[in-house]
Amino acid sequence: MQIPYTVHARPDTGVHNSKLGIWLFLGSEVMLFGALFSSYVLLRTSAPSWPLGYTMLSVPLAAVNTVFLISSSVTMVMAWASLKLHDFGKYRMYMGLTFLCGLAFMVVKSFEYYEHVVHHAVPATNIFLAVYFTLTGLHGLHVVGGMVVMAYFLGPGTRMWRTEAERFTNRVEVLGLYWHFVDLVWIFLFPVLYLL
Amino acid sequence: MSHTGADDIRHHVKVYIRVFVALMVATIITVAVGYVHLAIPLAVTVALIVASIKGTLVATYFMHLNSEKRIIFYALALAGVLFAVLMLLPSLTHLGTIADERMGAFEHVAESVPPAVH
Repeated sequence: MQIPYTVHARPDTGVHNSKLGIWLFLGSEVMLFGALFSSYVLLRTSAPSWPLGYTMLSVPLAAVNTVFLISSSVTMVMAWASLKLHDFGKYRMYMGLTFLCGLAFMVVKSFEYYEHVVHHAVPATNIFLAVYFTLTGLHGLHVVGGMVVMAYFLGPGTRMWRTEAERFTNRVEVLGLYWHFVDLVWIFLFPVLYLL
Repeated sequence: MSHTGADDIRHHVKVYIRVFVALMVATIITVAVGYVHLAIPLAVTVALIVASIKGTLVATYFMHLNSEKRIIFYALALAGVLFAVLMLLPSLTHLGTIADERMGAFEHVAESVPPAVH
């Protein structure tokens, strides 16, 4: 049995099911990160003292990572636009670039984590680092999750393009919505953790 | 998205490039303001305003919320209201603390007032 309305819009909602599904999922993600942001605010405002992010973390590395993620959002939307223009070659290029930006983000993040750990700055050291590792760790897991799906849509998943081009395009759009959300979370994490 | 013609997509691509440039400029502003080391309340305000502008650009243009169907906004509105409640929780907790401190202050005043002489 096939899932209905994966290509054309459902008459009552006006969108295809996968798009509604991903937006509902993103709503739950807002709650997940919202609860953690709320905890961060409570812990910070209740603490007698709180270290400024830039005294403990590397702002240049985080700024470079911001550039990687914003660039990846653009290449992701360009990948989707390429499919809409029936240019599969450009799709592969842009999706490949998005994957590489995600990989670059994780490599930089790994360097940051390595530096913290060798200097014995771990989650148990203080509440600031516990919050930092929780928020960036959860965000990093989301980046890795997105990269796994990208790898699928660069490899075996592309078979669908030959048989059901429109459905494949919708799948890429849904992946794009997820990836832009991951970018959006980082846009707030960067100033909150590193600059304040 | 509602516009799927090739010309529309090419127009969208131009918009994506402009949004990308705007996001990069906003990132430079964020980092520059971070290095100025403003007072915390001002720094928080500026950082959140710039981050909100960047987030709005991503949601509006990359996530196509500028041309999305009503049901998506219903789902987002629910998430938005619950998110606002989550963000208010720390403030409510502190309101409780402030109230406790005031009560404490009043008790202190009450103890210090000598009994009325009749």
